[in-house]
Amino acid sequence: MTEKKRPLLDELKKGKWPSFVNEMEKSAAKKPVVNTLMDLVERSYEEKRVHWKHGGIVGVRGYGGGVIGRYCDLPEEYPDVAEFHTIRVNQPSGWFYTSDAIRTLCDVWEKHGSGLTNMHGATGDAILLGTTTDHLQDCFNDLSDNGFDLGGSGSNLRTPSACCGPARCEYACFDTLDLCHHLTNEYQDELHRPMWPYKFKIKISGCPNDCTSSIARADLSIIGTWRDNIQVNQEAVKEYVNNGFDVKEEVLAHCPCNCITFDEEKKELSIDDENCTRCMHCISAMPKALRVGKEKGATLLLGGKATIVQSAFLSWVIKPFIKLDKEDGYQELHDILERIWDWWDENAKVRERVGELIYRKGMGEFLKATGLEPVPQMVHHPRANPYFFWYPEDFAAEKEASEAGKEVAGSEVSE
Amino acid sequence: MTNPYYAQTDIGPPYFWDMLPQVIKDNYGKWLYHEKVKPGVLKHVGESGDELYTVRIGSPRLLSIETLRWFADIADKYCDGHLRFTSRHNVEFLLTDAGKVDALIEELEAAGWPVGGTGKSLKNLIHTQGWIHCHSAATDASGPVKAVMDDLFDYFKKDDLPAKLKISMACCLNMCGAVHCSDIAFVGVHRKIPRVDDNGVANGCEIPNVVASCPTGAIRPNPKAKSVTINEEKCMYCGNCYSVCPSLPIMDPENDGIAIFVGGKVSNSRSGPAFSKLAIPFIPNEPPRWDSLVAAIRNLVEIWVKDAKKGERYGEWIERIGWEKFFEKANLPFTDKHIDDFIFSVPTFRSTTQFKFTK
Repeated sequence: MTEKKRPLLDELKKGKWPSFVNEMEKSAAKKPVVNTLMDLVERSYEEKRVHWKHGGIVGVRGYGGGVIGRYCDLPEEYPDVAEFHTIRVNQPSGWFYTSDAIRTLCDVWEKHGSGLTNMHGATGDAILLGTTTDHLQDCFNDLSDNGFDLGGSGSNLRTPSACCGPARCEYACFDTLDLCHHLTNEYQDELHRPMWPYKFKIKISGCPNDCTSSIARADLSIIGTWRDNIQVNQEAVKEYVNNGFDVKEEVLAHCPCNCITFDEEKKELSIDDENCTRCMHCISAMPKALRVGKEKGATLLLGGKATIVQSAFLSWVIKPFIKLDKEDGYQELHDILERIWDWWDENAKVRERVGELIYRKGMGEFLKATGLEPVPQMVHHPRANPYFFWYPEDFAAEKEASEAGKEVAGSEVSE
Repeated sequence: MTNPYYAQTDIGPPYFWDMLPQVIKDNYGKWLYHEKVKPGVLKHVGESGDELYTVRIGSPRLLSIETLRWFADIADKYCDGHLRFTSRHNVEFLLTDAGKVDALIEELEAAGWPVGGTGKSLKNLIHTQGWIHCHSAATDASGPVKAVMDDLFDYFKKDDLPAKLKISMACCLNMCGAVHCSDIAFVGVHRKIPRVDDNGVANGCEIPNVVASCPTGAIRPNPKAKSVTINEEKCMYCGNCYSVCPSLPIMDPENDGIAIFVGGKVSNSRSGPAFSKLAIPFIPNEPPRWDSLVAAIRNLVEIWVKDAKKGERYGEWIERIGWEKFFEKANLPFTDKHIDDFIFSVPTFRSTTQFKFTK
């Protein structure tokens, strides 16, 4: 084996932050293919360009996704990495592992691949980086025999991901880990067999701090919230104050609703919960004194995505509050989700995310099709133009109401 | 494929409950509060009075199985064999014995794994594959990330910033890391239109899909060549057509580089989630250490550290002082590139006489 010099990559072994080059060298000690990979990356560093091509269709039997085909554009010069495919493996909910589970993954990957991983990819899967076509099925067989399954790729559901939730967080408003596991198992077909216009991502955060960035990174963002009062422990408030914590500066000054008052004499906080928007700032600042409410659930938001094609969207509210109970198998959520998928699948163009479809077709049409009720919580403000649609059913309802001797528009005011 | 048998499909992920340490099973859903013990160390206390310590280390995301096995050994030694990862590529070791925390930290640090990234610190930088494994990368990912994290290392180790600082990077506009809502985001960008390989398009691409993939309508069919043409005036180099058709390569070593966006966030804390906005349209690719990028990001971090009030995230600081003041303080030129001309541009134009004059 001839050791090539890699002066540019060597520069990235310097410095205090852990080096990815060191990780490649550790792998290369057992897997010569990683030496070739490093030679190729060194060349990219010299030429300031990538040397990978588009993926071809590769996979394992029974699945339409989970493997990303990756080919080098210089196969003659770098034959070891001519094929260097990626395998996406479902993470356990919340990315919790036992050391034995980690070792099992490592053993399978030592047998079938480069020994390089991403723990984890942006979607949430454990990423096994670099193997050849003839190893794919065997690798999957060994993963499956050891209790691991593949994630999604292409036009299908991606592995849902969740924050650590009730496992290690007092803010969790529902069981994020159970919901993530449940949805992943319930939608195996959608996850493994591309059948949709494009990808669909679900991310689950237990509170409005949104530690999975679901509002930016998921088509369906499930974010925990509550609809009653923040629980205040006045004794703990006093303790914070007595320890020199400046409640006015650290909490009141940052409250976006100005709905907290502080009695300096009694050293007590009071919260006007009706006017609180549950931003979490006060709770995060004083976790010993303040807790989320007791009537807990989630807000559903839809449409989040990165820039390509029609601009980035943050998910928007489609259901201000939903109970997420294990006991009924999350039935209400399933119903809503499946209505969304049906409408999107029927109406979207190729590679059109659900948020872009709603942008093209209009939120009104989306709400009608999915049976979701329009509520003011869905918008920052109502429209500022007079271009709204009327439908035959509006007139029918008007007629019916007038025949029943009732006024329609504005009648609520006088009643 | 030589294997005569095929494994069971659709078994789903391993059951998370089997991965949890006993203290978590005992206190599941019954945590009372948490404390930040010191940078990189969290202490969670349950209603039962049980305590759980979390020690967080940053990783470069690209990890060898040798390192993963070492993490597993460390988890056996200190944590009864339990660990977890975070959505930002950190590794967290979960302990019940407070007496073991310092020894664990010492062993991790001695092996080069920095403990930090909690509270008001620089978080681990999330990023994409770059030249190691992606076909559409306009810049490398791991290299620039390493260079930036080396430079800002102390901010990961301390937690005395005005607020948390999330930096992220994506190596092309596909933004696989969803960098569009970060305090500081850097993104690989192209600046020249794709080159049309007529033969390749004719033989390998679905023309209606290619035409539909263009967000500005710059692509038209070219029936003569059974290919397409690209209108140079309309193309803004997003590369989406290359994603659907490999015969429209856009990668360009001379002209590709990095743009920097600032002021985004995802949490609902105080102000709502927000997109990152353009600060610097272009920095050339400078392997191996991306010196201009590193200097630019350090400047962006330092002006915030110096000027922000306690508790202000990057975007909250800018909203308070105004974007015009931000450009002044950052000493950055404001150019035609900064004014939006894509489909949602109009609401970004200032429609009030309220603004600040700058030098």
